[in-house]
Amino acid sequence: MTTLASEPAVMPNFDDKVTGRKLAIICSKGTLDMAYPGLVLANAALGEGIETHLFFTFWGFEIINKKTMNDLKFTVLGNPATHMPQGLGGLPWMTAMATAKMKKSIADVGVPEIPEFLELIVASGGHLWACRMSADMNHLGKADLYEEVEGIISASDFIEKTDGAQLLFI
Amino acid sequence: MPVTTVAGQQIHVNDEGFLTDPNEWNRDLAASLAGQIGIELTDPHWKALEFLRRDFAEKGETPTIRRVSTAGGIPVKQLFALFPQKPAKKMAYIAGLPKPIGCV
Repeated sequence: MTTLASEPAVMPNFDDKVTGRKLAIICSKGTLDMAYPGLVLANAALGEGIETHLFFTFWGFEIINKKTMNDLKFTVLGNPATHMPQGLGGLPWMTAMATAKMKKSIADVGVPEIPEFLELIVASGGHLWACRMSADMNHLGKADLYEEVEGIISASDFIEKTDGAQLLFI
Repeated sequence: MPVTTVAGQQIHVNDEGFLTDPNEWNRDLAASLAGQIGIELTDPHWKALEFLRRDFAEKGETPTIRRVSTAGGIPVKQLFALFPQKPAKKMAYIAGLPKPIGCV
């Protein structure tokens, strides 16, 4: 309790001299529960001043495809972590129910739905990229994708853009 | 718990330098805290800081960037412009509040 006035003030190290840390996140899954981890981590990294790039590939396209982005689903099938009898998962209404329940849990903790989450990430300075091969396979163009996707690029373009970045594959 | 002196005022802070007693905060102190991290406070800064103080008093929790934007009505882009790089932590620091604990 006896700090001398001459001592420098204790203050957080916000480290504005950018460290050059970069994060690349590859989103390859299209289920509701697998879409969120990448978005949450991207948002957290951006809040720390880290340059962040997301690459949506294969089923990850569901997250940026205007037709599907509002309608991602969660299923208990093949997911023993739900601790539900797997036979129940096959009932026709089960996926809809599980999805509704998860969406509610997500909303309850103040986390936005996918389109608004992407908007938040872009407003925070994040970069969204679509995978060229996935676009070609599904005959999708820029017009089919969320407006803020910066471009449809090849895997090698993404690797080039994220030179030196830490990488997460989800 | 360390005690540090900012602008001639003794304040209680945690190891990182965030105020531990929001009641020790005042506007003059905020200006000094901001100055220490290279920010000169303007009206838009104050609008954000006042929302943080108000929201913390009501909810007992420092709002996240998203909450400052949705409930406080200040666009995310603007927050990044006003408090560069780490808006959530910088706002909390200047407002004399703990770092936000929410993920989003």
